[in-house]
Amino acid sequence: MTEPESFELTPRATSLFGDEEVALVDLLDRLLAGGVVLVGDLTISLAGVDLVRISLRALITSIAPVERPGTRGGTQRSGAAASEAVTARAERADRELEPGDG
Amino acid sequence: MSDTLTYVYAVARDVDDAALDGLRGIGGRPVRVVTVGRLAAVVSDADRAEFEERALEERLEDLEWLAATARAHHHVVDTLGRGHLLAPLALATVYFDDDRVRAVLTDSRETFDGVLDRLAGRAEFGLKVYARRGGRGATAGRERAASGAEYLRRRRQALREGDTALDEAREAAAEVDTAVTALAVASRTHRLQDATLSGTSEPMVLNRAHLVPVERAGELAALVDTLAEHPRIRVEVTGPWVPYSFAQTQQAQQDQP
Repeated sequence: MTEPESFELTPRATSLFGDEEVALVDLLDRLLAGGVVLVGDLTISLAGVDLVRISLRALITSIAPVERPGTRGGTQRSGAAASEAVTARAERADRELEPGDG
Repeated sequence: MSDTLTYVYAVARDVDDAALDGLRGIGGRPVRVVTVGRLAAVVSDADRAEFEERALEERLEDLEWLAATARAHHHVVDTLGRGHLLAPLALATVYFDDDRVRAVLTDSRETFDGVLDRLAGRAEFGLKVYARRGGRGATAGRERAASGAEYLRRRRQALREGDTALDEAREAAAEVDTAVTALAVASRTHRLQDATLSGTSEPMVLNRAHLVPVERAGELAALVDTLAEHPRIRVEVTGPWVPYSFAQTQQAQQDQP
């Protein structure tokens, strides 16, 4: 099975984790907000907004480093303040993902 | 009660059995199909314990698991999608067993046919636009300020210019998007990616998905090529993707914001 020639469009996104041809963040955009949504047998069809929120929070809290000094008015942040900043960012992401706001 | 569930990756039409040879899904499980007429649900077993409600809630907080599951799901969908018409399902759609999948397929036959018909001969492309850094205002503040007041003045100016640059980038991005939308049969907006996630320091100003007829993909490539030297924006196209962003029932489409 060969790809049609018209598919020779190959710019690849820079990857979150570097080594994969498809960036995880682009994949999650699609997998969490796309795809046919069916109600499965277990009530874990968190697809859509809830899943996006959970996963985004996981992504943000696990990847976001301490705010670099100088990026926010130049204040050096302590560890506690940094984790607050991460939480705030996750909450902001939550708000941005409220239904109807997409 | 069985300790496995049936995980559904996609619903496809006319699946060639040979294409399933050696194809592995989540947890390295072999992929198979559950068919009803020409329709085929692309499935594999899944550990029940792993997908029980509470387990999943916890696992979704676990980025490594989420990434591995997303990758495995994508691998199956992408591999089969190259030679088949298919509609991917949302991540982590599971049923008790194959019979339940068969029942759903039978009940929703028309719906799936409708979704598949809309996707035939079309591919999804991602259009991501970033505001370029280093345009106007980039030199402000490079030289050491003579005084605190001078520093603040320069900083305010840099911020103003930064805002303007961002506005201009948004406008330029909207123009590009309009041109791409003209090539597409459907378009959808994704959330802007946080710079921490996108791995770029340039602020993202547009993140869209376009469903483009396969024969027009060349036009899209040509259009994007002309933008390589754009002074305000950097344009990135991803794909072709299996049409994740457009695999929806009509009802879901109408409900979309």
